[in-house]
Amino acid sequence: MDKESLVALYRQMVLIRVFEDRAAEMYAKAKIAGFLHLYNGQEAVAVGSVSALNPDDDVVVNYRDHGWALARGSSARAVMAELFGRATGTTGGRGGSMHLVDVKNRFWGGYAIVGGHLPLAAGLAAAAQYLKTGRVTLCSMGDGSTNIGTFHAAMNWAKLWNLPIIFMVENNQYAMGTHYDVHSAVPMLQKAAGYNMYAEEVDGMDVMAVREAVCRVAERARKGEGPSFLNVITYRYRGHSMADPDVQRDKAEIAQWKERDPITRFARDVLLKRNLVTPKDLDEIQKSVEQEVEDAIEFADKSPEPSLDTLYDYIYQQPVRNMQIAGSLIRPPTIAKDIPTNGKHN
Amino acid sequence: MAEITYREALRRALREEMQRDPTVVIWGEDVVAYAGGGAYGVTSGLAKEFPGRVRDTPIAEEAIIGVGIGAAMGGMRPVCEIMTVNFTLVAWDQIVNHAAKQSHMFNGQIKVPMVIRTPNGHGRTAATHSQNFDAWFAHVPGLKVVAPSTPYDAKGLLKTSIRDDDPVVFLEHLQLYGTRGEVPDEEYLVPIGVADYKRRGKDVTIVTWGRMTIESLKAARVLAEEGIDIEIVDLRTLRPLDLSLALESVHKTNRVIVVEEGWRTAGLGAEIAASLQEMAFNDLDAPIARVAGLEVPMPYAKNLERATLPFAEDVVAAVHAMMQRQY
Repeated sequence: MDKESLVALYRQMVLIRVFEDRAAEMYAKAKIAGFLHLYNGQEAVAVGSVSALNPDDDVVVNYRDHGWALARGSSARAVMAELFGRATGTTGGRGGSMHLVDVKNRFWGGYAIVGGHLPLAAGLAAAAQYLKTGRVTLCSMGDGSTNIGTFHAAMNWAKLWNLPIIFMVENNQYAMGTHYDVHSAVPMLQKAAGYNMYAEEVDGMDVMAVREAVCRVAERARKGEGPSFLNVITYRYRGHSMADPDVQRDKAEIAQWKERDPITRFARDVLLKRNLVTPKDLDEIQKSVEQEVEDAIEFADKSPEPSLDTLYDYIYQQPVRNMQIAGSLIRPPTIAKDIPTNGKHN
Repeated sequence: MAEITYREALRRALREEMQRDPTVVIWGEDVVAYAGGGAYGVTSGLAKEFPGRVRDTPIAEEAIIGVGIGAAMGGMRPVCEIMTVNFTLVAWDQIVNHAAKQSHMFNGQIKVPMVIRTPNGHGRTAATHSQNFDAWFAHVPGLKVVAPSTPYDAKGLLKTSIRDDDPVVFLEHLQLYGTRGEVPDEEYLVPIGVADYKRRGKDVTIVTWGRMTIESLKAARVLAEEGIDIEIVDLRTLRPLDLSLALESVHKTNRVIVVEEGWRTAGLGAEIAASLQEMAFNDLDAPIARVAGLEVPMPYAKNLERATLPFAEDVVAAVHAMMQRQY
């Protein structure tokens, strides 16, 4: 990789880190509601993966999706606006934090039912195979999702049909608050072995290691060698979501992982060591990222809420027939001040 | 015009749409090899006719639906067969949380043009294999739900469903597969969301769909001999629900019976009755009545199964009760 590309990886990781920290702050200020699952600590996984894929490969991830959307090219403005529930967000305020999407980047979304997106990802890969597009699907999931039925159904199907898909476990070792040793009977790679699937273990705190592994398995998929499985060992610095007081994890454990921080490590071991940048350059990157995120917050805050007129949009691709009669199906979004009547005798 | 079975009508629809659009594929359990194609023979012969496009899948309904959704997102038009409606429960998360929500929740960026074909029905198969979830599917915004009663409607609606850009739950019926009816040789489509009169009459309106349309037609013959002339509205689509014909009919007959196969409580009949009385209360000469399945898990024993399900005689009895009652 050339200098610009390496610096770009660094900037993306810093962007995700700063974005998440500011999102937490906005959550505390009640600008963001609901569930907010932050990506701090796992930045190298999304950034390294996306850097290894073609722009038209398919990416499908779980609800811890801000980092993926940003890495895949969604603007900080659109992602922050979505967290704020605004019309300018990635789904116009429909999906919120857990359901970001940006199909122009072939980022097919964050999915919030654990394991629910795995068959969908296999389906995207099946379409790529059937339509001979040459695309590879990257499907990321948490370690907790490797116990649910859809994981096994999708792994079996992908191997059976030799689909061009990468199943990537972002193994942060906790399913919400439950440690891997409590939620899984066998070591992670054994789960892939059960389906005779090519598998590697990857250091998820090293962006270059992630990138190289994804390059290798994407190449396999493109050559028709089928699915693969990456057990990417990583760690999240914050609780499962902003609702998690994070009392169950040992503080010393968290501190230990932070010593292997992917951003600091990449700056120190690659960028500075190879004299690609100076400490002053890194400061400037930090400042420019902080500015970008501040701008995103201002943008989100000033953006309008979605119009009530859009409430029924896209439930179906075309407005359905007889909508005036099926009153329960389509009703103007008046808010309870008058009860709509649609019968001629009322 | 030829008389063919409901099963053959479905097969013709699949064949024609596969000929028309190379992105249409059929995936499901035992749609290729078993008994020549399909547990109930609907896909018989299609795998040979369309190599690589009809594929057997693992018995993993959550994946059959989920892979179908993903393929639809990726530019295909999969027709996913779930062997019986009972097994859709395994895939309920995929149907409700994914198929139905993709388009709206992702603000129109994703569409899911897929068909989920699955039969309702019974046949001495007891509680886990003799159920009807029409109301469950019809409850979900984002799904279209179709339940044809005749070979003509089955063919026309399946072709429309395959061409539709939304996920369609296509409810067939084991007891209808062998029934026969006239189907034109030339191409035609039946639109989704449009009800149909299956019998014109003046005394009582029957609002129904699926197998109960056929039972209601049997009831009509019995009642006609007694001089009672019932009108039968076949909804054909359960979501979006077209009550326009039912409403028109109520204005004429002033009496309505909703006939459904599934459990009565919180059934689709309740929704239909509520909507009709909202829209036509002053036209009603009698409370809207319901004929429905008894609320028990289906027993195996022949007499108990028969007692649990609604048949023509239940429709006849409901009409009698309504006609005899004084208001």
